[in-house]
Amino acid sequence: MGFCTMAKIVIRNLVHGPATRRYPAVPQRACPITRGHVTLDPAQCISCGLCMRRCPAQAIQVDKAEKVWEIDRFRCIACDACVEACPVKCLTMETTYIAPVTEQTVERHAITYVKPEKKKKPETGQAEG
Amino acid sequence: MPERIVVPFGPQHPVLPEPIHLDLVLEDETVVDVVPSIGYIHRGLEKLVTKREYPEFVHVAERICGICSFMHGMAYVQGIEAIMDVEVPDRARYLRTIWAECSRLHSHLLWLGLFADAMGFENLFMRSWQLRESVLDVLEDTTGGRVIQGTCKVGGVRRDIKGEKLSDIQKTLPEFEQQCRDLTDVFLNDESVKYRLGGLGVIGKSEAYDLGAAGPTLRGSGVDWDARCLGYAAYADLDFKPVSHPAGDCYARCAVRLGELFTSIDLINQAVEKMPEGPIDVKVTGAPDGEYFCRVEQPRGEVVHYLKGDGTKHLTRARVRTPTLANIPPLVKMLPGCQLADVPVIVLSIDPCISCTER
Repeated sequence: MGFCTMAKIVIRNLVHGPATRRYPAVPQRACPITRGHVTLDPAQCISCGLCMRRCPAQAIQVDKAEKVWEIDRFRCIACDACVEACPVKCLTMETTYIAPVTEQTVERHAITYVKPEKKKKPETGQAEG
Repeated sequence: MPERIVVPFGPQHPVLPEPIHLDLVLEDETVVDVVPSIGYIHRGLEKLVTKREYPEFVHVAERICGICSFMHGMAYVQGIEAIMDVEVPDRARYLRTIWAECSRLHSHLLWLGLFADAMGFENLFMRSWQLRESVLDVLEDTTGGRVIQGTCKVGGVRRDIKGEKLSDIQKTLPEFEQQCRDLTDVFLNDESVKYRLGGLGVIGKSEAYDLGAAGPTLRGSGVDWDARCLGYAAYADLDFKPVSHPAGDCYARCAVRLGELFTSIDLINQAVEKMPEGPIDVKVTGAPDGEYFCRVEQPRGEVVHYLKGDGTKHLTRARVRTPTLANIPPLVKMLPGCQLADVPVIVLSIDPCISCTER
């Protein structure tokens, strides 16, 4: 009984081809919410450092004075904590995994966000006058 | 009387996914004594609880194990919720149950594959993992992660499963169940598998209980005990009966795990049908002050998380008793009397998860 069941499965597999795919030549299976890797939009980041504080793996470093956002991809566990914490939503969780590398490097991003100047309130005396 | 020799087994061995070392004392080919030793992959995760704030530690707790990850996270948050008297919304409890049962399915299918590989049945190994892939796809579609789900949080869950996705999952269950039945047919009725597993690594009911065996190792010896009977998450509302087998050998432990596949499928079905509407989380403020023992049934057996907080954002102590640790004394009892060639199969029959055990 077991043999016939297995024989059927084996023949079906022979006809259907392999169950695996030749990654990375063939892209991974991904769905819209797959946690692949984190990316930053440097034009929006306000250097608040909340992502750095929330990161359970201490993979993110934010230097407010130098305006630099760094991530160590080897430490990052793609847990989504930073994306959830970001108040300006400048972090995005992409659905693709990072490509394999041979050397451990820290990814640096220069933050290009410029704080908009506050609009001067019209002086009340002049307005009235 | 034959001369006694000691053969080291592990920490690196083709059958072991993770490192455990056994010193096998042999008389000719027969094992007469076993001395286990662990400690190759200690990572100090319990100590990290003092360095990470309690809501963030759930990410670390999930990474205690690479297979039953969701249930470690669930045990941790349930412990914190019990200390802080947080009432979790019903929908979150049901969602946790669905993900926990999906984790159990993928863990058991993984084990069945490894077990088939250990007894030299390569086709069956590939077939089990092929089925596991469909469970991982469901987990990825609903949580965003294949193995590390990351959806549990203190006070509820992070993600919801939409109504149409739930019904999609339910629609795929009958076909998946049939595929599991075919797999079960091969595992339980194939003559070569029966011959390989029957009467191997026997441990009796009282012995297994006295030695503190957990999970399928305990139920494979005929003890009807499953921590899901405690009624955590949504298990209290679902109809469920523990699977057990009286024989106490490798075949029985395999049969228990195969039986649990169908229990899990049934539980997912029930949870989807009874899924209540409503919020998926509640806002949690403050910090845990007190201590709690949380017990959760993992695929390998009952895990115990001990948590202690002093009213600050950092817990003072976390301790995890994993099922594999509980299953090592029964393993030491199972091995004497068997042949050296049977050792890999018996060791694998307890489903050792060493990274859990050492944390």
